[in-house]
Amino acid sequence: MGILQEIDRRIVFFDGGMGSLLQTEGLGPGELPGTWNILHPEVLVKIHRAYLEAGADIVITNTFGVDSLKYNADTGFLLEPVIRAAVRNVKEAIRLSGKEAYVGLDMGPTGKLLKPLGDLAFDDCYALYREIVEIGVSEGVDLIVIETMSDSYETKAAVLAAKEASDLPVFVTVTFDERGKLLTGGSPASIVAMLEGLGVDALGMNCGLGPVQMKGILKDILAVSSLPVIVNPNAGLPRSENGVTVYDIDADEFAATVAEIVDMGARVVGGCCGTTPDHIRKVVDLCRDKTPKPITKKHRTVVSSFAQAVEIGRSPILIGERINPTGKSKFKQALRDHNLEYILREGVTQQDHGAHVLDVNVGLPEIDEPSMMVEVVRELQSIIDLPLQIDTSDPVAMEQALRVYNGKALINSVNGKEESMRTVFPLVKKYGGVVVALALDEGGIPDTAEGRIEVAKKIYRTAAEYGIAPEDILIDCLCLTVSSDSQGALTTLETLRRVRDELHGKTILGVSNISFGLPQREIINAAFFTMAMQSGLSAAIINPNSEAMMRAYYSYRALMALDPQCGEYISIYGGQQAASLGQSAVRTGGLDGSGAAGTPAPAGSSGAVGASCVSGATVFDGRDVGALGASVIKGLKDQAAAIVAELLKSRDALEIINEQMIPALDVVGKGFEKGTMFLPQLLMSAEAAKAAFEVIKDDMAASGQTQEKKGVIILATVKGDIHDIGKNIVKVLLENYSYDVMDLGKDVPPETIVETTIENHVELVGLSALMTTTVPSMEETIRQLRTSAPWAKVMVGGAVLTQDYADTMGADQYCKDAMASVNYAENVFGWKS
Amino acid sequence: MEWNDREILRYMGYHGQEPPKELRTLMETCKRELECAATPRAIWREYPLLIQNQEIDMGCLRTQSRSLERNLRDCERILLFAATLGSQVDVLLHRYTILQVSKAVVMQAASVAMLEEFCDRKNEALRETYRKDGWYLRPRFSPGYGDFPLDCQRGIATALELNKRIGITLTDSLLMAPSKSVTAVIGISRIARSCSIQGCESCAKTDCEYRR
Repeated sequence: MGILQEIDRRIVFFDGGMGSLLQTEGLGPGELPGTWNILHPEVLVKIHRAYLEAGADIVITNTFGVDSLKYNADTGFLLEPVIRAAVRNVKEAIRLSGKEAYVGLDMGPTGKLLKPLGDLAFDDCYALYREIVEIGVSEGVDLIVIETMSDSYETKAAVLAAKEASDLPVFVTVTFDERGKLLTGGSPASIVAMLEGLGVDALGMNCGLGPVQMKGILKDILAVSSLPVIVNPNAGLPRSENGVTVYDIDADEFAATVAEIVDMGARVVGGCCGTTPDHIRKVVDLCRDKTPKPITKKHRTVVSSFAQAVEIGRSPILIGERINPTGKSKFKQALRDHNLEYILREGVTQQDHGAHVLDVNVGLPEIDEPSMMVEVVRELQSIIDLPLQIDTSDPVAMEQALRVYNGKALINSVNGKEESMRTVFPLVKKYGGVVVALALDEGGIPDTAEGRIEVAKKIYRTAAEYGIAPEDILIDCLCLTVSSDSQGALTTLETLRRVRDELHGKTILGVSNISFGLPQREIINAAFFTMAMQSGLSAAIINPNSEAMMRAYYSYRALMALDPQCGEYISIYGGQQAASLGQSAVRTGGLDGSGAAGTPAPAGSSGAVGASCVSGATVFDGRDVGALGASVIKGLKDQAAAIVAELLKSRDALEIINEQMIPALDVVGKGFEKGTMFLPQLLMSAEAAKAAFEVIKDDMAASGQTQEKKGVIILATVKGDIHDIGKNIVKVLLENYSYDVMDLGKDVPPETIVETTIENHVELVGLSALMTTTVPSMEETIRQLRTSAPWAKVMVGGAVLTQDYADTMGADQYCKDAMASVNYAENVFGWKS
Repeated sequence: MEWNDREILRYMGYHGQEPPKELRTLMETCKRELECAATPRAIWREYPLLIQNQEIDMGCLRTQSRSLERNLRDCERILLFAATLGSQVDVLLHRYTILQVSKAVVMQAASVAMLEEFCDRKNEALRETYRKDGWYLRPRFSPGYGDFPLDCQRGIATALELNKRIGITLTDSLLMAPSKSVTAVIGISRIARSCSIQGCESCAKTDCEYRR
């Protein structure tokens, strides 16, 4: 009988702690525990055997933290022999005990944080785990146990490795803190969604807490999980007494609490830190004969990010549609220019306006869609905690994006055509996800609701053959413009109703398609949106920056008893005057300092904004910089953009730049150098200037002009350094002084910097390093630049750097602050003598 | 959460000057966002201390450092201490570093102030606990201060199980991730001694504009 069959019919027991027992046997501080598999096999066999005799069904190998980062030629213990010995020790213990038991290959965290917040790439992390799985499988383990995970992304890498390199059952337990959160911020609901999507066989929690503290979190897990749940607590809450760790409860209380945990519904139990064979024996005695609580399917439709789960249920959810180049020339240009900042900004703005999920579509004929999709998904999920909807018709882009996605994604889309289902369903099954299914097939879009329902049924049937549950499908009832077919909206609404009432399914719509070709589209969109929600729409792909749509949404929630005491409605609209409702309500902090909850950002295009709006003087350092210059100096971004738009109606762009912008930047730059203005002000001014320059640029582009650039500068944070704030400060300033900055990012290898310098024959390279430990890679970069690109000047800066350091490394210029790099650039490119 | 605005301003280069109103507003926004994002966690464990022939043996790690040795004078034991604001603060910093660097600078300063305040509070509580048994704690001293080698980070990370317990990891170049994290040694002594050199003042970079 396999372990999964055992779990099906009875309570199954894990073993307990290993580390503290090894310490008792003499494992020294700082010694690698895995080495004992080879150095002291008899100790390991003894401990494993004690757990077996206590009644454990699953004994895990002593391979926690054993990976090739720590076990390699440097430490003298290679990965493979350590893992093989570990498996053999468990097997030997099973043989000696004469019991029937299962060998679990233990894998824990790598001890690294994944990129971009840390320095381990997702693919490298996957490779580390895959190596372990391959060795374990060849040595004959029975299952793979991934435990003590505190980062969903690393967990995903481990699960993919386990599933792709073996056919064995995969069990995963994560560690929560007392607030019920993972150390990287995930919740029980978010991690369960991801793990179930990935197809693990059992899931739960271990370590971090004692059994008492785990009970509350267990309740949350049981409420959402359709899989057997594992609970392996620590012996209690630890405290130090005379340098010795003791726990707040004893083995009897531990076992009694674990028995309650089994009664709640846990199916697999054991122990973690501090637990001993005695703990496990007592647990087994109390729980062996318990009748397990049935495991029920929860049928929830849920997507997740690294931090949160979004359930698609009774209240409709909003999917922001703005990350999509269709019909947006600026977005297309951003994709061609590889301008991620523009794309990320669209994401944050939609989140600020209340989106629950972000659609991500980067399809453009002339770009490499898979690599762009992967990059955008990676970047978005490193700055935004909303789940993403992977929107592509390219199966390669879809698979690569699903692979690197940190959670359970929405997938857009599949349809009723055989080929589409054959391509997309295997991906949904493998990576998990909720898939958008368009109610069309080889016969095109059915004209009637009946026709669309038939396609939906076919999709559900076929999905089931791939093992995809109906709750993981959102039927897109399709929405054609009402301007070309007056029955269009009625057909869509009827389809929505019938999917809800007859198929008991969930639905999705790209709502704004309804108004294509009509004037004042928002009017129709908002009315149709309300009708669609009333007809059962579960998820709406809309523009959350449209206040008309958001008003329809919050009103619907208030009217449908989805917003208790209309609290949400009042919090958003309560503080607003009727007149200001034309502006959109920003719900969170937003991308400027003043955008507090419910406070509308100043309108960008209102005619009322003009010189009169800037209170106070426009004369600085004896020079009148005008209203625009004053707003730049004060760092008022929206105001600067509004004023410049107004000025451009009557004045020439260059005149505005020369008379207001440049003098204002001079005032700020000099103020900074004199110590009367400080870094945040310098940057706020720079951002206000940037906003104004954007408006000027658009205006010039409209009349066929382009702005002259002074020169091209490469900026990079050197290899080994993952902090790029300093580099980005310099970038903002250089751009304002009309330099074209090639930003190579952070942790950049010397070779990449050299290649880019040569390829573009760049005259000035700026390097940043924060720590003394990364200064050597700065030195190496300079050395390589001198050899291969001798024409390039190199300026350096960063927290630990000094003039001496810079001289030693042979840099051309040490820049003590951001303005110093601007001044040096002006020198190099001959704008200043 | 108690905020020390003076400290936040100092980390941005101010030395008593009044910042403009717009910056005050931005500071407030950053504080609110940090309060939502931060999950401050700390861990500490006690170890024996033996200093012989310029070698400092702390049970779980050994090193040589004259400045640490000075800091630990008359101490019999030590605490290894670590604290972090968690990775969600890095998500915020990363977000604004890309999208609004002025806000990133303010967020950076406010998060450092928050972390220092959190460490101070934890250390004060420990000081109280130890004082009851007649022990006195020295100010915390971190790898990288003075000549205390940065590579001691590895030994501290292993001893305190930093990754598993509070989620601090080390990059190959010994940076901590999440970035708003602290590790330190705190001396335990029978002898009371008022403030010895600590933090800023122990740094050799005397021309630093952020110096206290």
